[in-house]
Amino acid sequence: MAKLSIPVVKRRKKVHVKDVALTALTWVIVFLVIFPVLFMVSTAFKTETAAASFPPQWIAPITFENFENVFDRGFNLFILNSLIASIGSTILVMMLAVPAAYALTIRPIIKWRDALFFLISTRFMPFAAVIIPLYLLISSLKLLDNVWILMILYVGVNLPIAVWMMRAFLEEVPREIIEASQLDGAGVFKEMTRVVMPIVGPGMAAAALIVFIFAWNEYFLAFNLTANSARTLPPFLGSFVDARGQFLAALSAAGTLAVTPVVIAGWVAQKRLVQGLSLGALK
Amino acid sequence: MAQVASELKQPAVSKKKPAKVLVDRHGRRVRSLAIPRTLIWPAIVVAIILTQIPFLATVYFSTQKWNLLRPLDRGFVGFDNYIAVFSSGELGDALTATATITGTSVILSLLLGLGLALLLNRQFLGRSVARTLLITPFLVMPAAAALAWKWNLLDSNFGLFKWLSQELGLPVIEWNTDIPLVTVIMVLTWQFMPFMMLILLAGLQSQDREILEAAQMDGASAFRIFTQMTLPHLRQYIEIGVLLGAILLLASFDPIAILTGGSGGTKTLPVLLYEKAFIALEVGQAAAFGVVTVAITIVFASLLLRTVFRIFSAQGVR
Repeated sequence: MAKLSIPVVKRRKKVHVKDVALTALTWVIVFLVIFPVLFMVSTAFKTETAAASFPPQWIAPITFENFENVFDRGFNLFILNSLIASIGSTILVMMLAVPAAYALTIRPIIKWRDALFFLISTRFMPFAAVIIPLYLLISSLKLLDNVWILMILYVGVNLPIAVWMMRAFLEEVPREIIEASQLDGAGVFKEMTRVVMPIVGPGMAAAALIVFIFAWNEYFLAFNLTANSARTLPPFLGSFVDARGQFLAALSAAGTLAVTPVVIAGWVAQKRLVQGLSLGALK
Repeated sequence: MAQVASELKQPAVSKKKPAKVLVDRHGRRVRSLAIPRTLIWPAIVVAIILTQIPFLATVYFSTQKWNLLRPLDRGFVGFDNYIAVFSSGELGDALTATATITGTSVILSLLLGLGLALLLNRQFLGRSVARTLLITPFLVMPAAAALAWKWNLLDSNFGLFKWLSQELGLPVIEWNTDIPLVTVIMVLTWQFMPFMMLILLAGLQSQDREILEAAQMDGASAFRIFTQMTLPHLRQYIEIGVLLGAILLLASFDPIAILTGGSGGTKTLPVLLYEKAFIALEVGQAAAFGVVTVAITIVFASLLLRTVFRIFSAQGVR
């Protein structure tokens, strides 16, 4: 275990060499792991001809025409749809999950375990299994290709994990504070907004971010239930693949635009992300 | 910790204290339990509407003879659709594909994630930057990642791997048709490796450094410290990673649909269900497949959930 600092003088130099080697190895691996993403981003700035040339052109003139091309193909509408479905469903999920998790933790209700089991088990059911009646129902209501329907379905997809995450964050609120506020005569609402919320604020933000990421990246429902007007970014990306012509650079540009918001948000919130993704099992 | 502190102060009332406060003030007791109880209902009701009702509709459709190409030829057929499901052999293939892809991806991403976590569990220049960059594959939209892999890297005309194979003197292959299973597992492993790394790194960093140093002073080799102290400590982190990774990977649809379209042993349950519904347009049979899939996942999920709960309660989480 090289991470241990060993106070023995004669071993210092040996450890130092090993340390440098391990650090170099780490950075090489980091580069390899992110290479597919780097390569996509770099392709986005090449011309279509340069992107499809073989052997690959490592140094090619930078162009922004692919991004113009992506916007010409209706990117504005599709990113707007993605934003509506993701942000809208995240808000609804949090509005439902926070009170539910609160009921499950701070003021425990009877049969909490059954309720939790039920909620998480709904996350196991693959939406693919019920896509047929879902499709027929939505179609008979003339609501296919409607972004609001997608938003509502994303609530169903992400509600269980949000309840689990919020439950874990709420567990961390010291009981004494709640009891004190109860003795002061605070009602449920006041207790939640004035006492509990400020403490679990960062956890709530992390849970909301994770729910947002899952909704932003969702493909199956968007692919099957939307066509042109309600299409979101994940299925839109696939539409760039074209057997007749060159599409690699435009596809890479669209991919770059689609992944950037979530990647940056994830980088910024990475510490809380671990806690949220493990559904609070890790502190 | 907070609870331990309060127990130390008032050992006599310890655990039952919150209940006693509520019992003492009778008027509030009713209100403060009734309102929280109602707080859980919106979530439960929404979950029932959005998941259970479509499921019941699926059960109903599964007893119907109904092909969307022949909308007038409908009727009750009992268990005929289920007989078709179990006699076709597609279900067994899909289960095998799902188990192979999920299982292999979970194990490989766990092993590689452990390697990354060990490398990151040291002090070195730019450590936090390295960690930040390493989580990228997990954050990238799976559809975008699958498309980038398929066309930028693995394409047999201009993909980077073709160039790499030629430079290294290896045969050039058509990844997604020659070795579809390997391709899917490779991309899924790449996506989930950071997830495992984050969880295992949290485990490594929660180890007591003083004990590790003491073991080293006593002359224990790095290998022994790792196998006898670190691995047992990591056990519950590994369990959490495996369980959550399996949950997320099981439903994986887009990477497979994009990379291979379900060919060559990669037709997992979600891909099969999609084909039955939207390509064959056999409503009744697709619904029967759906019901069977849900039944299988419920059995599997309850086994997983039991383990998750054991882990969570072992950590003192109620």
